[in-house]
Amino acid sequence: MSITPALDRPQALGLLARAPADRLTALFPDLPPHETLRAPEVGAVMVRGRQGGTGAPFNLGEMSVTRCSVRLPCGTAGHGYVQGRDKDHARRAAVLDALLQTSAADQLHASVLAILAADEAERRAARAARAGATKVEFFTMVRGEDQ
Amino acid sequence: MYVAVKGGERAIDNAHAFLAEERRGDPAIPDLSVAQIRAQMTLAVNRVMAEGSLYDPDLAALAIKQARGDLIEAIFLIRAYRTTLPRIGHSRPVDTGAMACIRRISATFKDAPGGQILGPTFDYTHRLLDFKLAAEGEAPQAPTGAGLADKMPRITDFLNREGLIQDEPPGEDTPPDMTRAPMEYPAGRALRLQALTRGDEGFVLGMAYSTQRGYGRNHPFVGELRIGTVTVEMDIPELGFAIEIGEITLTECETVNQFMGSKTEPPQFTRGYGLVFGQTERKAISMALVDRALRWKELGEENEGAPAQDEEFVLSHADNIQATGFLEHIKLPHYVDFQSELELIRKVRGAAQAAARKEAAK
Repeated sequence: MSITPALDRPQALGLLARAPADRLTALFPDLPPHETLRAPEVGAVMVRGRQGGTGAPFNLGEMSVTRCSVRLPCGTAGHGYVQGRDKDHARRAAVLDALLQTSAADQLHASVLAILAADEAERRAARAARAGATKVEFFTMVRGEDQ
Repeated sequence: MYVAVKGGERAIDNAHAFLAEERRGDPAIPDLSVAQIRAQMTLAVNRVMAEGSLYDPDLAALAIKQARGDLIEAIFLIRAYRTTLPRIGHSRPVDTGAMACIRRISATFKDAPGGQILGPTFDYTHRLLDFKLAAEGEAPQAPTGAGLADKMPRITDFLNREGLIQDEPPGEDTPPDMTRAPMEYPAGRALRLQALTRGDEGFVLGMAYSTQRGYGRNHPFVGELRIGTVTVEMDIPELGFAIEIGEITLTECETVNQFMGSKTEPPQFTRGYGLVFGQTERKAISMALVDRALRWKELGEENEGAPAQDEEFVLSHADNIQATGFLEHIKLPHYVDFQSELELIRKVRGAAQAAARKEAAK
């Protein structure tokens, strides 16, 4: 069963990882029955950068991440990896990942993912618009000597 | 000799209770929430994340509250906490070229493609105290303009097109990790950058400043400074593909440094690099200057014997948690150590005085 054409599985997982936990809870409050394959676990991921921005990698520092794996009664497994230390967030992401591989995908795309994507686009556009307003417009005086 | 001493427990418990009361301060004033610190003391939160080497704004804000605003103490709390976290893995190297910038400036090209974006900066403020902030007012609202290009071109790429700047050698080797293995010297650039990005801001700033004042001068220009968010991608073994696990704010500084050439390298510009968690621009610029100073050997430059060129000196003193741990431990009980010092000095002094008396009697 494919998930919605607009968003593939990595994209959906990324959106669930970046979504504010309370927003995700509000959009998808009640979790369906599921089995826990891996209980939510808080850990650290070492973030890497590149020397000079484009060269060989180096270790920049860690970020907190919470992961969880679940299985639906139909046997579909789901995995959630989310930024931060919110265990409910990781479980909710894992359950949604599993559900998005079932026939519920289209409905969840509309009721959860599309809204999260719109929230994120709006948040990013608002930041970019504020930054855009601080763009310097130079006025250059041309002197006559070179003519 | 061991001397078992008991009896401090009550004093210690009461000291901690006193600390808690002092931390809270006047109960007539509302308690400061962690959310307020995270949202309004953002640059302090950023420093704690960068030097604590753990990107988690909620935890950093909590640490600042617990530490009563002592940022090094807060960094200590974060470092202690991070050792309790299992390492889930590592990310793919972040693509700062794709950063969603809120600030991006170049000191070398006025008409830099993509433009000069000032962002939320203290630059050009008059550094006059704003007493309006002491009164409660409405939340300010920033004007909006046209959005920015999705991808800001790198300034150094323009110089690179003419071959005027040293290439950044590509590579995919697993970088060494100072949190997993003890530091070894010579360290190599990957390890140096890791140590500098989590190093004390004041120390790295002081080292950078020393190069500007002539101790290992390297003529830096800020080719580009950018601040914004990047997504963090990680390969997930159980999925068999990479996903974005989050989004973090970074500050990146690329310096362009004059270089007259050496036995091995032609005259060209060289690079210094700074990349730091959060909006931390003073630190990122400092890091870039120190990174460049430490590259003297690979560029075939002369060792002037300047402190900022001494890798072992810089890297082994940049960590404020190591430094404060060693420094502050000397205030803890050293009764037995000191007792032996006391006996030694009495003995030596007694011998010296006896010798002086003997000399006088002659």
